[in-house]
Amino acid sequence: MSKLVVSSIGPACSVQDGGRHGAERYGLTPSGAMDRLALAAANTLLGNDPLVAAIEIGPFGAAFTARDGAVRVALAGAPRSADIAGRAVAFDTSMTIADGETLTLGFAKGGSFSYLAIEGGIAGEPMFGSLSVNARTGLGSPYPRPLAVGDELPAKTANDGPERRIELPPRANGPIRVVFGPQDDEFADDAKALFLDSEWKISATSDRMGYRLEGGPPIKHLHGHNIVSDGTVDGSIQVPGNGAPIVLMLDRGTTGGYPKIATVITADFGRLAQTPAGTGFRFKTITMAEAQAEAKKFAQLLHNLPDYLRSLDRTELNIDALHDANVAGHAVSAVDVATWHPPTSH
Amino acid sequence: MVAKLLPPRLLPSGDSAVTVEFSKNIDDAANQRVLALDRALKVAAVDGVTETVPTYRSLLVHYDPVRIDFDTLGAKLVVLAEAPMPAQAALKARRWRIPVAYGGENGIDLEDVAKHFDTTPDAIVAKHVGAQYRVAMIGFSPGWSYLSGLDKSLHMSRRQNPRIMTPGGTISIGGVQTGIQCLAAPSGWHLLGRTPVRTYQLHRDPIFLLEPGDHVTFVPIDAKTFVEQDRAAEHGEIIAELVAT
Repeated sequence: MSKLVVSSIGPACSVQDGGRHGAERYGLTPSGAMDRLALAAANTLLGNDPLVAAIEIGPFGAAFTARDGAVRVALAGAPRSADIAGRAVAFDTSMTIADGETLTLGFAKGGSFSYLAIEGGIAGEPMFGSLSVNARTGLGSPYPRPLAVGDELPAKTANDGPERRIELPPRANGPIRVVFGPQDDEFADDAKALFLDSEWKISATSDRMGYRLEGGPPIKHLHGHNIVSDGTVDGSIQVPGNGAPIVLMLDRGTTGGYPKIATVITADFGRLAQTPAGTGFRFKTITMAEAQAEAKKFAQLLHNLPDYLRSLDRTELNIDALHDANVAGHAVSAVDVATWHPPTSH
Repeated sequence: MVAKLLPPRLLPSGDSAVTVEFSKNIDDAANQRVLALDRALKVAAVDGVTETVPTYRSLLVHYDPVRIDFDTLGAKLVVLAEAPMPAQAALKARRWRIPVAYGGENGIDLEDVAKHFDTTPDAIVAKHVGAQYRVAMIGFSPGWSYLSGLDKSLHMSRRQNPRIMTPGGTISIGGVQTGIQCLAAPSGWHLLGRTPVRTYQLHRDPIFLLEPGDHVTFVPIDAKTFVEQDRAAEHGEIIAELVAT
């Protein structure tokens, strides 16, 4: 058995998986990976189930050292500089960290969260089926808190198998799509129009609980900002008294007492989660039928990820070119997920 | 033939959840219908429904849009919600007796609450202990149980300045509600006492003690008993007493 040891780490790095479901009725927040597609891609590269636990790495850097044997890992999500013992490695690939070598990751570029998956997954004690860390309630395993220097994650010792890469379809880069509700009737039509027509930015004070939006005008309520608390979902956009919307993210309270004007669709949640603080974006409303069609497509994409795996031939690989391509692919993309067609053969 | 109940409103909550709203207010009759729909939905075992969250006035239903769509699920929910509710006697709600150490360092607002109502701390405690409550919803943080049934003469608006941190086990009143708080958390409510009972405790079976719909009464204990029971509770003892019905 090898292990991966945290040798340096910034804030907002924690073990996350597909989330903790079934206990929201007791006030337990779901948590889980902010960018589910990226988590699934990293896991798929290693033959893991798509939503098993991996290390979610926030905007800042981190470094991990293999001990007691080699460890195979994979990187996906927000691109950033990455090297093993000084040799550059690419995102959206698997790689092996030899015993004693260190994988060093820089700051995120064009996103917020990267995922480092470990072959065989992360061993821990699930709570409501999940290892996801929620620091405020002391939940998560193997450590019920963000990772710290010296933490050790047991890992399967890597064999000499071939490494792989994954070619994800480019992500949509248009407005973040929402469906109105549940409390859009607490807002006049011109307030709703203002919400859709304004450019928003995610405030630097945002976290896994909620993304505070700024840059737009205050969104006024029809009947005041207090409603009797009701249930929240991932991507609920609540509007508190000051009129500055807050998008509820995965460590949200399970109930809330502000009117919720709209909800981010499942297929765009990860894209919003990856939007860096200070970058302008807009919302666009779509119908429930359209949103549910997108949700189905997204579920299908997660399910079919193994179809996008490619072999990684070391002799032909130009790491720098691949890395640049990945960075560019995430930052700018002209292809809308809505019109993207999966390859029929590979 | 029994008359159908008024249909609830179906509020879209993204592509994977729907809020079934019975009222906009804190309303006991609405809460009864929320809990009844929650039970009926569990019995009906509708394919695609993944999780439900009862609140005072609405039931949030999470579902998998790959397995069922908004219109199909919505129609089923309306049918279930319109069905007459079973008689209260048939519901067999669990009844809990929960010990509370009122006042002093355990309930730092008891004196002020008594002053506000121009009465004595003992009279406030007697009223708080005298009522029978129902768990209307659990939310905000793990095990935070909102109870309906607070005596009307104890209704009082929340504090102007919410406290940044209040201790776990706090029993407090705010507006028309009283509540059992499990973990230390910020709060704008008035703190009457503390219970040694953990409504949420990891590595205990069950992890969550109370269910929405359970009945609760409070039993006063002294500060010394609180300390003893708190120690036992810390080691996983349940402390709260389930009353045979």
